[in-house]
Amino acid sequence: MKKKHLLLTALILLATTVGIVWAADHIDAPGVTSTTSDITDFYAFQSPENPENMVFVANLQGLLAPAATADARFDEQVMVEFNIDNNGDAVEDLVIQATFKDGMARVYGPAAPSETGLVSRVETDGGMVEAGITSYGEPAIIGSDKGMKVFAGPRDDPFFFDFAQYSEIIAGNASSFNNPGSDTFAGTNVLSLVVEVPKSMLGSASTLNTWVESKRKI
Amino acid sequence: MKNILRTGILILATMALCFTSCDEDDPMTPADDSRYMQEDQMGRPAINTVFVDAGDKDAFNTTTPSKQGAAFADKFQSKLLALNPGYSTNALGLDAETFTSVLATDVLTVATEGKTTFFDGNNVLTGRALSDDVVSVELLLIFGGPEGTGNPGLTDDHVDANDKAFLNSFPYLATPH
Repeated sequence: MKKKHLLLTALILLATTVGIVWAADHIDAPGVTSTTSDITDFYAFQSPENPENMVFVANLQGLLAPAATADARFDEQVMVEFNIDNNGDAVEDLVIQATFKDGMARVYGPAAPSETGLVSRVETDGGMVEAGITSYGEPAIIGSDKGMKVFAGPRDDPFFFDFAQYSEIIAGNASSFNNPGSDTFAGTNVLSLVVEVPKSMLGSASTLNTWVESKRKI
Repeated sequence: MKNILRTGILILATMALCFTSCDEDDPMTPADDSRYMQEDQMGRPAINTVFVDAGDKDAFNTTTPSKQGAAFADKFQSKLLALNPGYSTNALGLDAETFTSVLATDVLTVATEGKTTFFDGNNVLTGRALSDDVVSVELLLIFGGPEGTGNPGLTDDHVDANDKAFLNSFPYLATPH
């Protein structure tokens, strides 16, 4: 009886925790929640420094407290892959892939993938740019080559949302947001991969379809 | 003497051979030709979180975008109408079926010329910048109706900016807390 009660309490706690902290893509699904392959966010924008360049950002392992950030690591078994479709069929024509090993981030491409979809290999045809992974509290290390720039390391989570109040609304405990709201993600960190690439490497389309994937070595 | 010289040359030759082909850590020739299997993906913010039922979330993450529409568009429409039973169209003029069929293929469209923003009043879905208030845009499109004026308590969370300023230079994201 007591055991059952404990289990129930644990389940409720788990459900509450999982329920409370969804966000942009933070712990979006049970298979990746609290794993090293959990993508929290994806951004793609024209470089503020150079309008001829595009910037891709992938954030992983969100909701890191400052005290936990120094110990967070990119998983050497996990590849992060930016996918770019430049002919409108939602199938990737180019990939930019990042792997992590011995304190280095290695970014391959853009390159046409030898196979599309759920399984990937490292595509080396497009060359490689590497950067040392920046440690918590250290100045950003920037790798540069071929007109590209690479950064990998902990950053402030750029996502902002009054998730707590949204949860209250969804749960039926509130009927509207507060004004002002409260940013549930304030004060938390993520592991960021930032890649800046000349637009000329992405094909000639006026609009791209883009997305990010995490893939684990099998 | 001759033997020593020969041995020395042999060792040098072996070493040279190794430097060109035996380096398992040579990043341009991954020695094991490893394969990687997909675990997570995202295009637009919060799509899996908001529109995918609990039991489908892992499947959504491992369905390639070109196949997501066929697999999930109907379910997205049901979810939209559950969130907002009064949905007719939204500020983009999209009815429920059209809106959710767009969303179900979870890719972020990015313009290669001009401003890149999720929505700034003029440009729609030309990218996603760090400062874009994507949550309020999505709330407005889900709850705001054709004029964006419906359900005023639900269309803005009143968190309009990040808690740390972004940088003007690469890597643009703010330093960690």
